[in-house]
Amino acid sequence: MRLSRTSKWILGVVTIVTLAIIYLPLSVVLVNSFNTSKNMAWPPPGLTLDWWQKASNSSGLMAALSTSVMVALGATAIALVLGTLLSMALARYKFFGKQAVSLLVVLPIALPGIVTGIALNNAFRTVLGWNLSIVTIMVAHATFCIVTVYNNVMARLTRMHPNLEEASADLGAGLWTTFRLVTFPQLGSALFAGGLLAFALSFDEIVVTTFTAGSGVQTLPIWILENMFRPNQAPVVNVVAVVLVVVSVIPIYFAQRLAGSEQRR
Amino acid sequence: MDKYSALPKQGVETPALARRISTLLYSKVKLRLTLLLAAPLTWLVLVYIAALLALLVTALYSVDSYTSQIQTQLTFKNVLKVLTGQVYQTVALRTLGIALLVTIVDTLIALPIAFYMAKIASPRLQRLLVIAVLMPLWASYLVKAYAWRSVLSNEGIMQWLLRPLGLDTPGYGITATIITLGYLWLPYVILPIYAGLERVPNSLLEASGDLGAKTSTTLRLVMLPMLVPAIIAGSIFSFSLTMGDYITVNIVGGANQMLGNLVATNVGNNLPLAAAIALIPVLIMFGYLTAVRKTGALENL
Repeated sequence: MRLSRTSKWILGVVTIVTLAIIYLPLSVVLVNSFNTSKNMAWPPPGLTLDWWQKASNSSGLMAALSTSVMVALGATAIALVLGTLLSMALARYKFFGKQAVSLLVVLPIALPGIVTGIALNNAFRTVLGWNLSIVTIMVAHATFCIVTVYNNVMARLTRMHPNLEEASADLGAGLWTTFRLVTFPQLGSALFAGGLLAFALSFDEIVVTTFTAGSGVQTLPIWILENMFRPNQAPVVNVVAVVLVVVSVIPIYFAQRLAGSEQRR
Repeated sequence: MDKYSALPKQGVETPALARRISTLLYSKVKLRLTLLLAAPLTWLVLVYIAALLALLVTALYSVDSYTSQIQTQLTFKNVLKVLTGQVYQTVALRTLGIALLVTIVDTLIALPIAFYMAKIASPRLQRLLVIAVLMPLWASYLVKAYAWRSVLSNEGIMQWLLRPLGLDTPGYGITATIITLGYLWLPYVILPIYAGLERVPNSLLEASGDLGAKTSTTLRLVMLPMLVPAIIAGSIFSFSLTMGDYITVNIVGGANQMLGNLVATNVGNNLPLAAAIALIPVLIMFGYLTAVRKTGALENL
């Protein structure tokens, strides 16, 4: 198959246009965070730093941010432990119902968020009689975060030769010692990647959160959603959006470096 | 290497009890497996499966219209109401239509860019393009939906760009919902198709050309059949994510409602009805997944 110069050129242009469309809305948000118009009129009638100042002084915003970080940290910690245990069982053992278990991990993320959300809401409040709080959000988030850790660790374990673990046992190491000194060091970057994804997933989640957060608890996405439609607060949402996009470069940078170092290995 | 040479010593230093446990576990494979599976399975079954089953049962409850208390006598009232009610049928069809359109639009946009990434770009450019496509995934969902709200607003950049052409921004409504959802899920559709294209060996395409096939023939008869699982894998994402969405339609959809909205509005005062409505997207997704299982798409996720 030979592609003519013209068709390569056309495909190149289509690619550039697609990327332009992907980045257009994000750049509009960036410009609007300096826009003097509250209705985000385009082109901006003037530029201002007011919204940035307002954002940095907003106590509700800061509280929501710290709630989100706490929830994401808790959910990631639980997901790391459960996901690793599960992937070790599925990668190293054969047992009845293995297929079902691997489907079970994916289910919380495969089913629509609203289904997971109202199912957990009903279970926490009606079945268990709990009050919704930051803990219920954490439990809910951990449930759908397990899969990201599981996928990453599973991929690593299946590529890792069990020889090393067997050699360690032959040399007299117990199971725990083998795990600590042989298996775990090789899982490092997979755990980091899985944990990073879990954190990002939890930090950004809105649907399940809406149904599992108590009335007093506000995560950052809930704060954004509540302030988006208020004319005086909407420009501040732009500022938050810009900060989130800029901060998201950090995990991408680490993920890329990890991928790079693994290719060289 | 230092780490590993320390191993035998470590073994000797282990206390006797820990050593005995370790030996016991080593000889009992089933016990080891049970210990590994116990915590995660307890969590997933107790938290998730139990909650899903409880929701399923709740769909068969009803709400007393005077006291608005949930009555636990089983009835098919809500399920029947959802299946036959005019509102539910209209909204279900609208949601299904939006999900189909979003999936088609995303696939059509994803194919050329994925092709360029996998088959034309140099390795260096290829890496950069993958990052460029992945980057928006890390930006918050709400931020992106909100960005389209300002792009499509009456005073927004879309109006400013289209006015010279004598056109207007589509404003908020179903079109805006399709654009925004398509935008949100696009990376999820590009990546599996790109991965699928990477797996099509170049030699196969060259062989087809050498045997006299025109480029279009090669694309249609060699490339496309090999890409089908990847395309379906991408469509699973866009389709299922759209079926359950109700936030985007709140932000850019004007007064339009999708299935998710009906669920969300009923959760507070009529949980059984909300549960019954929520069964629709679940059933559609299960149907879709079973239909595409045989194509091998699930292994491409």
